[in-house]
Amino acid sequence: MSEKLLEVKNLHTSFFTDSGEVKAVNGVSFSLESGKILGIVGESGSGKSVTAYSIMQILAGTGKVVEGEILYKGENILNYSKQQMKNFRGKKCSIIFQDPMTSLNPTFTIGNQLMEAILLHTDRNKEEAKARAAEMLTLVGVNEPEKRLKQYPHELSGGMRQRVMIAMALACEPDILIADEPTTALDVTIQAQILELMKDLQKQLGMAIIMVTHDLGVIASMCDEVIVMYGGRVCERGTADAIFYHSSHEYTKGLIRSIPSTQNMKQKLIPIAGTPINLLNMPKGCAFCSRCDNAMKICLEQIPEEIWVGEDHLASCWMNVKKQMEQEKVGASK
Amino acid sequence: MSETKNLVEVKDLKMHFPVKTGWNKTIPLKAVDGVSFDIKPGETLGLVGESGCGKTTVGRTLLHLYKPTSGEFWYNGELVTEKNMPHLRKEMQMVFQDPYSSLNPRMTVEDIIGEPLDVHKLYTSKGERRDKILSLMETVGLNAEHATRYAHEFSGGQRQRIGIARALAVNPKFIVCDEPVSALDVSIQAQVVNMFEELQEKLGVAYLFIAHDLLVVHHISDRIAVMYLGKIVEIADADELNEHPIHPYTTSLLSAVPIPDPNIARTRKRITLEGEIPSPLHSPSGCAFRTRCPYATERCAMECPTLEDRGNGHKVACFNK
Repeated sequence: MSEKLLEVKNLHTSFFTDSGEVKAVNGVSFSLESGKILGIVGESGSGKSVTAYSIMQILAGTGKVVEGEILYKGENILNYSKQQMKNFRGKKCSIIFQDPMTSLNPTFTIGNQLMEAILLHTDRNKEEAKARAAEMLTLVGVNEPEKRLKQYPHELSGGMRQRVMIAMALACEPDILIADEPTTALDVTIQAQILELMKDLQKQLGMAIIMVTHDLGVIASMCDEVIVMYGGRVCERGTADAIFYHSSHEYTKGLIRSIPSTQNMKQKLIPIAGTPINLLNMPKGCAFCSRCDNAMKICLEQIPEEIWVGEDHLASCWMNVKKQMEQEKVGASK
Repeated sequence: MSETKNLVEVKDLKMHFPVKTGWNKTIPLKAVDGVSFDIKPGETLGLVGESGCGKTTVGRTLLHLYKPTSGEFWYNGELVTEKNMPHLRKEMQMVFQDPYSSLNPRMTVEDIIGEPLDVHKLYTSKGERRDKILSLMETVGLNAEHATRYAHEFSGGQRQRIGIARALAVNPKFIVCDEPVSALDVSIQAQVVNMFEELQEKLGVAYLFIAHDLLVVHHISDRIAVMYLGKIVEIADADELNEHPIHPYTTSLLSAVPIPDPNIARTRKRITLEGEIPSPLHSPSGCAFRTRCPYATERCAMECPTLEDRGNGHKVACFNK
């Protein structure tokens, strides 16, 4: 067993809005080992981004972690002081965002923004920081780094900006990189370039990556382990193979059925009925029960617990409990 | 193959936007630069390409939302001009990408769907108008009680349904769908894709389906055209294009699509393109793709390849492949 780098235990994050408490994350737990790529997949409102923001402590003003622990190498970062948190962000754990257009400051040069993190977190002087910035740009495949350092974000294309964001995030060699929909705003050929780059850098630098995305294609090509989220809860977790080939939660199954793939080109897609749940109005039982074809009485009443459905594969769906009970019955009668 | 008459025929369509580069100086931005294709009744032509390749401009130019620089657009044997466009709008409609900004927030669903009926005076009494609206809402899977609500009360998928009902109101034979599912959640996408397919079976409409998601386009389209910098580089039957792509751009585009299957993702070879799409303001001489093409030769810089039929209507514009 390699060491656990990050452990999230029973995380609850809520937003306190005028219309009431919105429970965006509802008891999420997972752990991340160093050098692994963990994928968090879900649709909008599933709480995947809020989970990531909770780890970085960059929630919007109304948001708050109300319960749970986030352990970084055994230390609960929720107890960190402001100064400790500053050290954590950027140096230990970095984040890149979906939209490279709005996450860079338009009034500063690329060099200025890259050097900011380096000057803040290391004891390099200005000259050394600049050299490091140029080195980082070369690492992420930006040509003519010296020239780019003097340019402003609007002079770069979307793919280049995302490369700059990655360079910035990795400048202080963090242990964890959180990527929040890093390629959603990019074209497919540029997306392929960026994903390839992230994989290469991960091998080279050995950091762990948390990949937050709604795109199952990205998950399949990048991740070792996958967490599927719905309505602020984890519904299934396991290796990429387990999730794609032996999915055991009705939501995951529905999700995989509903996307066009090479197998179902000639058939009708099977959509998930209904609309995503309203977080202000959560059902008592399983969050997915109102859209589930196989929902039972118990699904409406009680939140299912996570149970093992295979090696390294957990799902929280009453269907699995039912299946296991039936198997036990058969076993007993024999 | 039976020869049916083409519903839509586009010949050498060009759309150049003037861009000011200095005082009293403009240069043309060649968003669409000589595009030709045809669509049969009840057929779906998928149009794919990266942002900035001009795919959206093609759709908008066809419906005269922009005035085309040159080229011809024949609809059902009739040359489309500015003069006959108003009455042809009854025949062709558009569904937009963003279901949030394409619906008027001050209008009720009833008025949004009813507006095309008003414009083309397609009813004789108020009751008939209401009946038509309600049956349209039923067609796209909305409840009658939604008629008096405003657009903001609906989710993205439902809004897209309102947009589709509005397009269907005039009983069109041809609909331009400009990225109709890219703003929707994955679980909702399939609902809307299925609806497009069902409507086509029921009403026999033809689609020009513009999107960047190649898997969705492959699923819905009969034929697919691939655009790069204002030109179509390859056009073929959907399965043929996916299984035997010829143009180097199509090949790399297809290999870049993340496939939601870990085994395929691990084993397949990626052809990663170097660099990025050049600005259409300064598009390269000759073949526009040559700056990123691994097979580029001197000839590619000198002349521009035209679409050539390689058999079974699989047309490719490339010298070397």
